[in-house]
This record gives sequence, structure tokens and C-alpha cells, in this order.
Amino acid sequence: MTATATKDVTPVVLSHAGLDALIAALAVDRQVIGPVRRDGAVVYEPVSSVADLPRGWVDDQAGGTYRMRREGDRLFGYTVGPSSWKRFLHPPKQVLWRAGDGAITPEPIAKERFAFLGVRGCELAAIAVQDKVFLDGPYRDPHYAARRAAAFIVAVNCTRAGGTCFCVSMETGPKAAPGYDIALTEIGGELLAEAGSDAGGMILSAVPTRPATQADLDAAAAGIAGAEAQMGRAINTEGLADLLTDNPDHPRWDVVADRCLNCANCTMVCPTCFCTTVDEVSALDSDATTRESRWASCFTTEFSYVHGGAVRPGAKSRYRQWMTHKLGSWWDQFDMSGCTGCGRCVTWCPVGIDITEEAAAIRSDLEAEGG
Amino acid sequence: MAIDGLEKIVAGHDLFAGLGDTFLSTVSGCATNVRFAADEYLFHEGDAAQQIYLIREGHVSLEIAAPGQGRMAFQSAGPQSVVGLSWLVPPYRWTYDARARGDIRAIALDADCLRAKCEADPALGYAVMKRFMPTIVERLHHTRLQMLDVYGTPG
Amino acid sequence: MAHPVEQMDMTDPMVPTLARILRKRVEIPGVVTFELEAPGWQGFAPGQFNMLSLFGVGEIAISVSGYDAEPDRIVHTIRDVGATSHGLSLLEEGDTMGLRGPYGVPWPVADAAGRDVVVVAGGLGLAPVRPILYHLLANRGDYGKVTLLYGARRPEEILFTEELGQWRAQLDMDIEVTVDHASPGWHGHVGVVTTLFRGADFNPDTTTAFVCGPEIMMRFAANALTDAGVAADDIYLSMERNMQCGIGLCGHCQLGPYFVCKDGPVFTWGQMRRVMTVKEL
Repeated sequence: MTATATKDVTPVVLSHAGLDALIAALAVDRQVIGPVRRDGAVVYEPVSSVADLPRGWVDDQAGGTYRMRREGDRLFGYTVGPSSWKRFLHPPKQVLWRAGDGAITPEPIAKERFAFLGVRGCELAAIAVQDKVFLDGPYRDPHYAARRAAAFIVAVNCTRAGGTCFCVSMETGPKAAPGYDIALTEIGGELLAEAGSDAGGMILSAVPTRPATQADLDAAAAGIAGAEAQMGRAINTEGLADLLTDNPDHPRWDVVADRCLNCANCTMVCPTCFCTTVDEVSALDSDATTRESRWASCFTTEFSYVHGGAVRPGAKSRYRQWMTHKLGSWWDQFDMSGCTGCGRCVTWCPVGIDITEEAAAIRSDLEAEGG
Repeated sequence: MAIDGLEKIVAGHDLFAGLGDTFLSTVSGCATNVRFAADEYLFHEGDAAQQIYLIREGHVSLEIAAPGQGRMAFQSAGPQSVVGLSWLVPPYRWTYDARARGDIRAIALDADCLRAKCEADPALGYAVMKRFMPTIVERLHHTRLQMLDVYGTPG
Repeated sequence: MAHPVEQMDMTDPMVPTLARILRKRVEIPGVVTFELEAPGWQGFAPGQFNMLSLFGVGEIAISVSGYDAEPDRIVHTIRDVGATSHGLSLLEEGDTMGLRGPYGVPWPVADAAGRDVVVVAGGLGLAPVRPILYHLLANRGDYGKVTLLYGARRPEEILFTEELGQWRAQLDMDIEVTVDHASPGWHGHVGVVTTLFRGADFNPDTTTAFVCGPEIMMRFAANALTDAGVAADDIYLSMERNMQCGIGLCGHCQLGPYFVCKDGPVFTWGQMRRVMTVKEL
């Protein structure tokens, strides 16, 4: 992205009309995806204007609970819904190649270009986590790479925290870290906007804005601080990775196993879970076959199947695998945590298993033992 | 001298390595050097368990005869192994056949002699038992692993 | 902000090349060996594996079993245990399959130069270690004492009997073969492969061990080797887990913190000792 204008990082303020103009500017060469209220939740779908956004709606989240209700007039008063941006960058199904008549045809790299409107700090961090997996290893996923390179990110700094949020503990929010093209913070009926890249600066300079005053900056900071103080959950990450990897036989795993349904919701809603399975789909009327990858979950029997049986035959070993990976061995593999504190796994677990509670239980148990 | 030579040979077998001079001398009093030619039997199922064999060279096949199937080998014992554990438990009878697969050189310990010396000196008895136990446990491990049939087609 | 795509290699590592079967040989019932050719194949290191595709059915990870200094022949020994391996084993000379690879951390054979080498193989585990033996024999002067201890289920299931005979005839390698269950007419050792250790006469301080076979067998063998005084970091094992991609992106093959496909499949016993003893890890 070559910039003909120098990057302008001076914060500006957008009205809702300005945000409409921003969306329109992005829509020129991108599909703009934003938050939409549908089926009782906030999901990410194509949007064309501010009118599509869930204005005045917030969410109440707890273990196994998600309800939307009306409160105030904010565009971004909700926190995160069941959907995450991984649905677009790392879609549930990806054709890899097609074969037939003795030839293999790689699936062309999709030309779609997205603009994501409303990316929270925890979500931006989750995108960075998946970048590490798909772009920085010895082998790279070119489909992810292309979508990621073309993605324009409009982040939103949260001014309200959700009941299951713990981004403060995971150091991923409520303020979005650098990595966005534009960051918005809602102040009253307007939005403070800051460019985070040349491309972001260029787009902002093309829409109607007014300069931000100190009062604007203070209001934004206060809003973010308010969200910080409101966190629904917390987790002590000190020594947590070793705590989990060193205690695979802790009795707490049996306790959570009694509750876990192996439904795999947590892995589907989690914005960093990246596992896929590879399938062969054959035509019935020819020798044509398609190789696809699709989302997989470590909670299934198929996942660890080898030589006549699953290495992880039930909830205990699977939950242990998921949680230890997310908060522990992810560090060994990718030098970062796999969890960004979005709380989705807590909210969307039908029995309300809470990863922060499990971590605290194991820790306090071991500390009580003097371990 | 022949007796010193035998003590050295007994001490050289894994079973009695590091036994200590006094006990070594006592145990060697029950020992003789023996040889078997290929296909000779060291002992047969049902025989009185008179000897314990510390194999120095060669391989022994432990077998059992099954009507209609001839003889079935279920375990081999090679250099540095011990053949003959039934001497340890009444009724002191061999449970299997032991056949020399090739030429064998071994130390034979007279079972009655060794049992009598162990009875007379509990300290010696304990030292001897301590050395036989690992062999027995190891053989149990190997047998269990054999039973698990790990190379079999799964499922 | 995003990673600049211009700087990235956009070839898709999930797309196979076509490999043609040059030769097929049935080793024992249910086990076949293929010699393949694939354009652009760059060769492999002992211990690595390829992902082999049977079009219309699926893709599986199979160790390369040939001689690493002969890159024109890609050798794979496959056991018929599932849909894909079954279908592959029915292919004939001239047929094609998909091939991706080689992947994985290899056996550190060159690092063992100057030392004694003990190779312990069980069942089909002889296939992934065969490249080690080819390499050792081709560079015999670089190594000390070389010992192969091989256990099979029954005499009829001993693999590569011709090659075992050739290696025996070379006289500069100790080979002992044992079976779990003897058949009439079997005059060799009977008992699990660990029963061969006692009489094997190797110096634990100068020995590097390469172990490959079913996991239970590898655990017993590695423990027996450490009991005999071989250092845990001088014992190498080859591990297996469910693999969908073979390249560290699908997450299936995780074993504790390790991806078997890219941190392995060859690991030291020092690395594996803990993860192999935690049940259902």
C-alpha cells in the first residue's frame, strides 16, 4: 500500500455521518463486514451503513448465558458475540485443490478483500495469534496470507466490558494494540478516530472529520478506563503455563470432565482455535475429487484417532488438552498465549465451564498443598 | 587354580556381579562348568529342578510340547541370562523344556546345595534372592509385553 | 496492518505432486512396498515422511524407507490398516498417487559418527529405520559397532528378509531377530525385542540408539536402554499421531507441546519420557 500522502496520526473525530462516509470509502474496493444484530446475537456480516449496526444494544454475558437488551445509544455498546473474524480470515471450509483426469488443480487464491469494522482489542490480538500460526511457521497457508494481507481493520476500543471479558488479565484490551488501520473510540454520539497505518490515514483524510480536542481525548480515555474497571473476569497468568503443563494428573481435570459435554462450542467460538481436518470429497459420476480443509475440534473422537482408537478418549483428556494448549503449551509453540481474554468460551459453553475459574481452582489447590 | 577360576567365572556372570568375596566363594562351591551341544536338552518338563543354569555363551530355547503341534518355543535365553527359576519354589520341578539352540557354555549351580547354604546363612540367602528377583521380574515384564501382542493389527 | 503479501511465497504446501509407481512388492500379507518417482523430488533424510494421497479417498503420513543417497527412487512400505492405506496397497505399477514432502525432523545419523549405533525396531518399525541402516552401511568407516535388534510378531511377519540376509552376510553389523510367537520350524530367538538387550554387548557410554515400533515397545526399549546406562538424550524414537496436514497447521498431531510433524517425528527419549507416560496426553 503506497501512500502518496504522509501518514497523519493526529486523532480526529467522526460523526455518524462521517462513519457512513468511512464505510462507503472502504466499500469502493472491499467488502465491509461489521456487527449486525440477528437471531438474538451480534454477528459479523456485510454492512453498508451505520443503520446496519446494533445501535443501542448491549449484551449480558455469563457462563452459558448470552442475552441482548436495550441500553443507551452506543453503536458499539455490545462486546463480542459468538462469531469472530476468523470466520473470514480462516473460513470454516477451504477448498485446497481439485483433481480429475490425472491432473491436480490448486484452488485459486481468493481475490476477496475485506474491511472489518468493529474489531475489539481481544479480537485484534487473536488475529495476531493466528498470524503467528499461519504465516510464521516453516510452512504457510497462502489462502490465509492473501486474505490477511488484503484485510483493512477498523478497531474499536471498548467503553463497556462484558460479563465474561478478561482482556485486562491477558493484556489485550480494552484498548486495541497497534495492528489496526483505524481505531475508533465512542465518545457521546461521535467517534474518536486514530489512524494506525498509512492506509488508515489515507481513508480518514478522505472523509469528513473534525480535529480532536483534549476533551475528546479525555472522554475516550475515560471510556476505556471505565471498561477496564468493569471486567467481568480475571485470570492470574503468573506461572500459569507451567502450572498447567506440569499437572496433567490434577484431580480438577476429573471435576471439569464430569461437566464437559464435548460439544466443541468453545473451539468454534474461540477466535484463536485454528485446528482443521482435511477431507476428500469425490464426485459420484466421474473421477473428480476435491480436497478441502474444514474447522476441526480437539473435543472430537476423530481428532486424536490413531491405530484403532482415540488417544484422547473422553472429556477429561480433551478438556485438559484444550485448556493446557490455550494457556500453556501455546507458549512453547508460538511464544505467546493462545488466549486473548474474549470470554466467548465461557459464554457459549452450554454448562458454563469457565476457563478462568478452572485455572484459579488448580492454582489455589496447588498453593494450598504448598506446591 | 581351578576353584579360583570358577569363582571368577561365576563373578563374571551378570547374576552374581558384585556379590562380594565371601558369598562368592560359598556360592561357587555349588558351581560347575557345563557345556551342551546343539539340540541337547538342559532339562525336561516334569524333571526335578536340580540345577540352575547361568548362560555364558549360546542361546537356550524354552519350549513346551503340545500334542499335534510338536514343540512350541515361547522364550529364548541368551548370554548373561539365567535359565531355571523353578528351583526357587516347591515342588522344585521344571515346568518347561529347555533346549540348547546351538553350543552352550554355562555355569550350573546345584539347587540342593544352594538352597541348603541359603537356609544355613540367611544373609547369604537374602543376597542370593536379591539377585534372582530382578531376573524374575524382568522375565515377567517381557512375558507381559509378549502377551500384549503390540505388533498385532489393532481394532 | 498486515504482512506484505509480495514478500511471501504463495505456493500452497497442501497441494501434492503426482508420483508414479515404478515397482510394487508384497512384503508380507497386508504390507506392500512401493518404489515411486516424482518430478522435482529433492530427496529426504532418514526418518522423514511423505503425505501420500489416494485420490478420492484421503491422505496419510508414511515414512520414507529407502536409501537417502538415491533420490530418484522414493520407497514407501505401507501396512493396510485403514481406508486410504488399503486403497494405496491395491495400486499397481504405473498407477499414480499424490505426494507431499518430505517433512519432519530426521534421525541424527550423521551426528552419531564416531559412536556405536544400536538400532531397535519392532514390527513395521523396521521400515522407518531402514534408511539409517543403508546410510550406516554406505559410510561404515564413520561409525563404531553397529547393531540391529529387530522384533516381529511371528516368523511369517519378519520384514525385508532378503536384506536382513544380505546385511548378515556383510559381517560388519550384529543382527539379532526375535519373534513374539514362534512357529514350527523357527529356530531363532523367541521373546520380545528387549530380551535381546542383555546379550547385545554394547558400551552405553559410546552408544547412540535409534528405536522405532509400537509405542509400548518403544517405552520398554527406551527404559531398558537407560537401565543399561545409555543417556536419555542419546536415545531417539519415532513417534506417530493423527496427521491431517503434516506441516504444523492443522493441530491434530500435538503431543504435549510438540507437533509430531514438525518438532518430530524423531524425538529424544529425554523429550518423550514425560509426555509418553502421561496417559491420554
